[in-house]
Amino acid sequence: MILQMKNVTKKFGGVTAINDTSFTVQAKEIYGLIGPNGAGKTTMFNIITGNYEATEGEILFRKETLNGLKPHTIVRKGIARTFQNIRLFSSMSVLDNVLIGFDFQAKYTYLETIFRLPRFFGEEKRVKKRAMEILDYFGIKEFAHYKATDLSYGQQRKVEIARALATNPEMLLLDEPAAGMNPAETKELAELIHNAREDFDLTVLLIEHDMKFVNQLCDKVLVLDYGKTIFEGKPADAIKDKEVVAAYLGDFIHD
Amino acid sequence: MNLIIKKEQWINLAIVASTLWFMWFAQTHFDEYTVRILNNIAIFTILAVSYNLINGVTGQFSLEPNGFVAIGAYVAALLLLDGDAKEYQYDIEDPYPWVLLLHANFVWALFFAGTFSAILALILSFPVFRVRGDYLAIVTLGFGFIIRIIAINNPEVTNGSLGLNDIPEYSNLYWTGGIATLAVIGILNIIYSKYGRAMKAIRDDEDAAIAMGVNTFKVKTLAFCTSAFLEGVGGGLLAALLTSISPDLFTFFFTFQLLIIIVLGGLGSTTGAIIGTILVIGGSEWMRFLDEPMNFGFMETPAMPGMRMVVFSVILIFVMLFAREGIMGKRELKDLFKKRGES
Repeated sequence: MILQMKNVTKKFGGVTAINDTSFTVQAKEIYGLIGPNGAGKTTMFNIITGNYEATEGEILFRKETLNGLKPHTIVRKGIARTFQNIRLFSSMSVLDNVLIGFDFQAKYTYLETIFRLPRFFGEEKRVKKRAMEILDYFGIKEFAHYKATDLSYGQQRKVEIARALATNPEMLLLDEPAAGMNPAETKELAELIHNAREDFDLTVLLIEHDMKFVNQLCDKVLVLDYGKTIFEGKPADAIKDKEVVAAYLGDFIHD
Repeated sequence: MNLIIKKEQWINLAIVASTLWFMWFAQTHFDEYTVRILNNIAIFTILAVSYNLINGVTGQFSLEPNGFVAIGAYVAALLLLDGDAKEYQYDIEDPYPWVLLLHANFVWALFFAGTFSAILALILSFPVFRVRGDYLAIVTLGFGFIIRIIAINNPEVTNGSLGLNDIPEYSNLYWTGGIATLAVIGILNIIYSKYGRAMKAIRDDEDAAIAMGVNTFKVKTLAFCTSAFLEGVGGGLLAALLTSISPDLFTFFFTFQLLIIIVLGGLGSTTGAIIGTILVIGGSEWMRFLDEPMNFGFMETPAMPGMRMVVFSVILIFVMLFAREGIMGKRELKDLFKKRGES
């Protein structure tokens, strides 16, 4: 068990975005978070990453509580994320984007930077080498010195995941990774995530609307509707569940 | 790969060496007026590149320079004037005894000028960087006004609106040019490091930077304090160049001038800040002839004080129309020699 959500509730004023939800993610699992728009999926992500504070309930990561921690501290504990709409650093190169993920892993101080002391060169060389290795893994090494936003949509998505992996996470949170991708790109992405789990020793929590993608990739899914859990279990069972069909999938099944 | 880095280092070394050689040549060969302008350009280069660090590179819209430059100038002036020289000029109120005791040589005066500004910047950071948005602009704008009011209303320390006079003229091109060179090297060293990358990341997308584990509060504070330190040092150099300072020198117009410089040069580009300084400070001197009576052959115009500012504004409008990101955009000198596609 790597992540445990205990009776989490999140209220925005009078609106209850997440209502008393509990779930547990096992290590090296690919866990899907699905549900209709406004069900509270992204809110759940924001609570795990510390962007929002849960109104009630507890978030445990490796048996350690995450409540009250700052977002950048949570990243350093081993939870990285990507965004629903790709958010790369638009003025920077692909390599620099990935290097941001190494920010807290490059061990040199501000004064060592200004005076260019030896540790600066050693650490920069080390993180640049590792960043290039990650880019190589994603097959975008040749674009390292291109402006990140000049790449194609699919490649930008890869840069975003590469950037998240650069923080050396144990758990990766992907917010709609397949959104806006064509079937071929989606298939490639599914393979990539599947392989990355083995190669980087990852646990993956993902939000996705593409049920084929979810079915193919996820070990387990949690279906949310209006902030409440309506189903937890195998994706194959989810699409047969009456409540899930009524709340989310609808006509999809009859196609 | 190794060879390319070496080539780049040689180019950098050549640029630094020729800059320093030019400073020496100018100091020994040029007339006093030209040297004066070059001194101004060197000091404003320090101010512009450091202002650009917080405003352009980190993307935090700030209006602080006049406040920190004023602090630097006053700290340096109080340290450079000896007790006798101070006692002689405090006309409004008698100075506090400790004011008369302050004394240090030029290097320490500059160091304290910078450090004092940096400490104040650190104190300002805590309320300002905890929240997002344009609070920094508002707080720093107010800060500049407060510093000026404090300088006017504490004649026991600052000699009020009369200001401090007869400051020893230590500034010459060796000092101003040398420190400007060091400042530019230091700033570029910061930009090409994890700190510089984090600053740019904050400018591009602060939430994404946080999601990558960047401690944005720390990085913003570092950028702000570094700017303040160099602005304090620049203020000290300015005091030792002008030999007399008064609160009127550090109005909002001072900040405004620096803002024009870095926007014209390209927000986020250190090279742009230097080019902007040369154009604005050097150019406005060169355009002085516009203020004087002119003879066009067929007609003569009388002296029109302020005409150069009109022309200058027109030039600025044209730059903004045709080069919206300023002359250099976000690029540095070495980015101009890159192949297409690379960034």
